[in-house]
Parts: sequence; C-alpha cells; structure tokens
Amino acid sequence: MTVPMNKLRGLCLLGLIVTGFAIEPRAQVTFERLVNASSEPQNWLTYSGDYAGNRFSSLDRVNTANVHSLTAKWVYQTAATGKFETTPLVVDGILYATAQDDRAFALDARTGRPIWLFQHQVPSDIRPCCGHVNRGLAILGDKVFLGTLDAHVIALDAKTGNVIWDVAAADYKEGYSFTLAPLAVKNLVILGVSGGEYGIRGFIDAYDADTGQRKWRFYTVPGPGEPGHDTWEGDSWKIGGAPAWMTGVYDAKTNQLFWPTGNPSPSNRGEGRAGDNLYSNSLLALDADTGKLNWYFQFTKHDEHDWDATQVPIMIDSGEKHLIAQANRNGFFYLIDRTTGKLLSTNAYAHTTWTDSKDAEGRPVPNQQSSPTPEGRTVCPGALGATNWMAPSFDSRTNLFYVTAREECDIFSTAPQPYEVGHAYYGSAYFPSDKAEPYSGAVRAIDPASGQVKWEFRHISPTWSGVLSTAGGLLFTGDAEGNFIALDASSGKPLWHFQMGGAVYASPMAFAVDGKEYVAIAAGSSLYAFGLP
Amino acid sequence: MRAIPMYLGNSFAWSPTVTRTMSGQTLSRVVLVTALLIILAPSTLADEMHNPFSGDAKAAKSGEFEFRINCAFCHGLGARGGGRGPDLTRAHKHHGDSDADLFQNISQGIPGTVMPANGTNGQGVGMTDDEIWQIITYLRSVQVQAPAKPAGNAARGKELFYGNANCSSCHMVEGAGGRLGPDLTSVAAARTVDSLVESVRDPSKRLAWGLTESTKEFAQEYQTVTVVTPDGHEIKGVTLNEDQFSLQMMDTAEHIHLFEKDKLLSIQKSRDSLMPIYNPTILSDPDLDDIIAFLLSVGTK
Repeated sequence: MTVPMNKLRGLCLLGLIVTGFAIEPRAQVTFERLVNASSEPQNWLTYSGDYAGNRFSSLDRVNTANVHSLTAKWVYQTAATGKFETTPLVVDGILYATAQDDRAFALDARTGRPIWLFQHQVPSDIRPCCGHVNRGLAILGDKVFLGTLDAHVIALDAKTGNVIWDVAAADYKEGYSFTLAPLAVKNLVILGVSGGEYGIRGFIDAYDADTGQRKWRFYTVPGPGEPGHDTWEGDSWKIGGAPAWMTGVYDAKTNQLFWPTGNPSPSNRGEGRAGDNLYSNSLLALDADTGKLNWYFQFTKHDEHDWDATQVPIMIDSGEKHLIAQANRNGFFYLIDRTTGKLLSTNAYAHTTWTDSKDAEGRPVPNQQSSPTPEGRTVCPGALGATNWMAPSFDSRTNLFYVTAREECDIFSTAPQPYEVGHAYYGSAYFPSDKAEPYSGAVRAIDPASGQVKWEFRHISPTWSGVLSTAGGLLFTGDAEGNFIALDASSGKPLWHFQMGGAVYASPMAFAVDGKEYVAIAAGSSLYAFGLP
Repeated sequence: MRAIPMYLGNSFAWSPTVTRTMSGQTLSRVVLVTALLIILAPSTLADEMHNPFSGDAKAAKSGEFEFRINCAFCHGLGARGGGRGPDLTRAHKHHGDSDADLFQNISQGIPGTVMPANGTNGQGVGMTDDEIWQIITYLRSVQVQAPAKPAGNAARGKELFYGNANCSSCHMVEGAGGRLGPDLTSVAAARTVDSLVESVRDPSKRLAWGLTESTKEFAQEYQTVTVVTPDGHEIKGVTLNEDQFSLQMMDTAEHIHLFEKDKLLSIQKSRDSLMPIYNPTILSDPDLDDIIAFLLSVGTK
C-alpha cells in the first residue's frame, strides 16, 4: 500500500527545482557508487555507510569545536510501538528508512517531511522471537529493498514506494523472517535469514535486483555430503538454526562477502547436537556471484549461550594486511586475516567467565562450568551478550574500533524441549544473576592491533545503541535512558547530549544536504536529525 | 486480535452473512439468536474461554517449556514466583482466577504493572493462542489447591506496621504511610511470601540484582544516593530516576530534588538500601508473620 503525498506539494517541489533552490536528485545509485560510497560523504548508501562496515562519516562540519551547539533540526514520528532499530539511507537529499512494522518511507532529508510511505501487511499470526523489528533498506538503481518479518523480499520504486516485485524466501510459519537491512552488490540483493529461536535451517540469499529471481542460496547448515555436515549429531542439522540476521560486508577487490552467522538451535541446550555445529556463530567468506564458500572462521563452537556471532564485522586494511575485525557477543574482540580466514589475535573487551584457555588456533574455549544445566549456572556475559546488533564503528584516523559493551551476567538453564515446527525452540531459560554481578554498559574504544581497550565511556545501564564515528573527531552514541550523546572520539569525553524521550535501539548515521551536515538516529518511535543552528 | 475481541467480532460478522441466504422466518430467528448472543455475551464468553487442553498432561508439558521461555524470567522456575512476578501456584490470583482471566492477562498484559502483553517485550517470543492455553494448562497442573493459611495475625500486623515496627514511616499501605520506600498495598500479590521475608530480613539483596530493563521501567529506582550540592550540603535519599546527565531523588524528609549531575560536587550511589535490616532481634519471627499476614490481607483481597 502506497500513500501518495500531497500533489500540490509535488508541484511546489518542481517549482523549486526550476528556480534552483532544491536538491536535484542525481542519476541512479549504481554499483560503482556503492563501491565508492566514501567519495560522496553527503550520502549514506548502505546500512553501515560503506561496504567495509566502518560506520564512519568523513563529514567534519560538525566537530569537537562546535558540537556543543548541535540541535534537533527535525523529528519524524512513526507512532509505531516496539524497538525502532532502523538505520536510514540518504541519497541526494532524500532519506529512506523503515520502521518495526515493516513499513518503508522516504522523507525530505532537510525537513523530515514525508514523500511516500509503504506499509507491508504483516500477517497477524507472525511471532518473531524478539519483537517486531526492521533495521533498514538497501538501495540500487532506482529501487529500495526491504526484507520483512514474514520472510518476503520486496523491491520498491525509490520515487514512489510502489512495489516492483515481492518474493517469499521461506515460510514464516516455520519461523523464518527477515529483520536486517539487505545489502546490494552488483545486481544482487543479499539477505540473511532470522529465526534461530525456531529450529530453522539458516541461509543467506541473493536475488536479482531487477526481477526478484533468486540467484543463489548458501545454507549455513551443511546438508548431507557437504563439508561440515559431520559437525551435527544425527538429524540435528535439519533444525540447526545458524541464522544470518545482520548485514554483512563486501570486499569489491576480491568480490567476496563476509557474512556473520548466529546461534545453533536450540540455543541453550547442546545435548542432541554434539559437534562444532558448523557454520553457526561463524564468519563466512562467500563469493558474491555464486555464494560459494571460500573460508569460514567459527568464533564459538557448539554454542550453548545464544551468543550469535552476527555482529557487523569491519574490514580494516593496514599496509599490506587485509584484515577483518569483530567485537563478538561472547565478549571477545577478534582480528582475522581476511585473505585466509586465519585468526590473528583475540582479546576480551568485556567481563567474561566462560573461558580460561585457548585452542591451538588461539580461539577461546568454553570451560566446563559454563555449560548450562537444568538447575542453571551463572555465566558472563549474559544471554543478550557483551554486545549485540548495535553497530560498531572504525575510524582509520584514530585507528580505534568502537563498540557498545553490555556488562551483565545471567543464569543459564536447560530443558529437554522437543522440536515442533514453527514453535519457539530454545531448550532453555535464562534469568538475571542473583549475585552482585556487573550490570552496566559502556562504549569502548579498542586498538585493533593489540586488542586493548584505550578508553571507555560508562553508561549507567546497558544500552542497545550503536555508534558512529566522524571526521569531526566525534563518536555518536545513544543510551537506554533516551540520550543522544557526542563523545570526543580520541578520549571518550562527553561533549554534547540531547534527551530524546525514548530508549535507543538503533545505530546513528550522518549525511549532508546543501552543505549542511546532519546526524540522525531512531529513538522511541521517532527518527531524529540533528545539525548546527 | 486475541480471543475476547475476536469472539464478539465473530458474532456480529456471522449474522449478516447468513441472513443473505435465508428465508424471512429463519432471518428473524437468526436476529433473535444474535440478539440473545449479544445479551448473553458475558456468560457465553466465559463458556467460550474454556481451556481446550484442560487436564491434558502433554499440553501441560508443552506449556512448561513455553513458561520457561516466556514467563519464568519474572515468575520463577516452577511458577513459584520470582523477585518481580507473583507466585502463580496460588489458587487465588490477584488479577483473576478464571481461564478467561489468565488468557486475557497473558495476551494483553496487565495495565499498570510490568506484566507485558504477549510478544511485546524482548523477553521470550510471541505465543499462539494454543501456546497460551498450554501455559494455562501447565499453571493449573502446578496450582496448590489449598494454600496454607498465613501463620500470622493480620490485625496485629497492622498495628505493628503503623506502630512499633515503624514500617509506615517509609512505606504506604492503602494511602496511609510514608513515601520514601515502595507502596506496599499490593506487594503481597506481586511477590512470594519468601521474597517478602527476604526483603525485610535482607533489604539490600533485591537492590543488588534483577534490575533489568525488560522488567523495570526505572532501573535505578530505590537505589540509595548521597549527593553534595555546590554549596556543600549533603543530601541522602533514594533515586526516583536517573540518566547519564540528570538525577531525580527523594531525600529522607520526602523532599524531591532535581539535579544536573555536572553541577554537583559529588554523587555516591549505593546498593545498600536505606531500609534498616530487620533481624530477628529487632523484629521477631512471629511479629514478621503478623506483618506479612497484614500485607497478604490487603494485597490479595
């Protein structure tokens, strides 16, 4: 359903174009523009701002010297309830975003005034594990792409919001859904599926951007005869989970996707799925044209704590070294050679109790006392992880990797739950720890080479906000109490804040129109854009 | 969307569809039946809301798994109550005992409490109607039919609460008492007796854990805080709310103070409750039983 906006307003806009006061939308968003996204910092063309996953803006009009005067420029209210996790895209003055009820909308990025609204009709019997959420769109050519809670992939006309094509990737009644922002690469729209709480068999899909035809599918749980199949006990692979519910990154030089995957199912009960459970909780290097696996690195083998490894990884080039880094939900920061998939180093960036040794490759190994029992065991980090979907950021100028850390512990217990199609399949329960364990949060700045935390900014409670670094020397973040905060990216010192009145579950981004820089973030049920007076 | 609005919706939607294909005589009967249905809706509703899995042991087992995922975080394993949610093994439930009440409360949540509507919080998953009924079947299977009568004397407990035990200097029950601590009018409905005893004997324990965003609107509530103002005054009290940059607190004389944190000389937060530790020499076990009997008499009536 598309809601056309005021026709009169359209005519006015046309008039402005003629008189030269308006933004004239440029040519289509080509693949080349996506590859070179950093050369047009006024735009935000992919979920993470560039293919490398940096979530860094080279805009510097807003900087450490003037950020104290930053102010709200506009607010767009959706009135949708639940967690508003979107990261908008901005292309040539138009902002495209989603809300948690699988709507997509386009706004005038200078004013927040709507241009079109598309509302996907989500089936009433849908039961996504963790609330209705959607994290954003991809754009390519003259289309934007939406993944929905009922596992559809939809292409919309970027100018009208009209549906160009709509395909079902899987049956939502079996627990499949999409919550991530798709990634457009070449002429493909790439998405990973959600549903690790329902005993799905995870996959990453690529669709032809013009037609919606599926070009390839990579099952994150290998079938019979495929390498890695023997890491699953019996038929457990059929319901092995390993969703891929966050947006991966892309290396144009090698034409490879680096896509992270989530927990094996059931999430907290390892009994019945003996083995490493490939490719759950892994980073996959996939050929973008074919979906063929080049290498994998598994962060947590045979996970029993729901520690999805779906966090956005960031490609870092250091001299001749081509690296990829991830701050993982299990509390460790991993630095990996992205040519080979070999682990180079790993260090804890949050409080962890689940490991006290490393294997031959340097990977932390779970200790015996961290394995959940029917009575329950306290383990740190908790079930929600040391970090989660909140996006990290890398600034090559400070050479710091920024991540939102959550400090909490949980009691993990197991239950011998049978699998039923489409029913929640955790095999477990978890509770807050009954000891005076840490319960707080922080933004931490990690030196990727050493893995050491260089500074931290403490939140008073764990937050779900991601971070954005900018060439203005700033790091933007939000908190659970509704603040949007600018920190000095080199020291973590707070320089500015604004109370938005709703908790943050999203990651910020930046754009510019008419030479004016804006920083935007979703909070509560509103999207905020901030700029200088 | 859930069963109660759906039932009424169906009864209205059903009659016009049928009337188009029926004779006048049948039509009048249908209208009459429809009218009766509407008039009888409350009682018919209760009939309709019978649990389809009632007494089914297999459904109870499925319900137990659902309960662990969705409910145990607050209501505890075995439904015996946690620090947040009430003990659901009690036959008498504060917000209604019938199957229809339970279904409604699980589906829609309970306004004014932290009990969320099905599928609306980060905890657990959204459940189907069948899964909710399975949980109700499970709850019925663990329900204690004849709970032990509270040992204490409620009338004497009331005297102690407002008198020698000094509870009312900080706590309110039914509009009478102090404001510094939580209002205890309905605490007995929301907590197990064990957790009430624990809160009296070891008041800091609950301040030190379980303050998580999924179960608590203001995570810092009742935390002890001591600030020093720019003019050197020390103020001690409880946190009403707090964020990174501001603090809203009540001092021990029940004055509300609103501070910008960077203007204060110091802020000290503590998970040691301002409430004194009532050990058995200060408050004997029989006296505590009486106070709990009083809270039960108020909270579960």
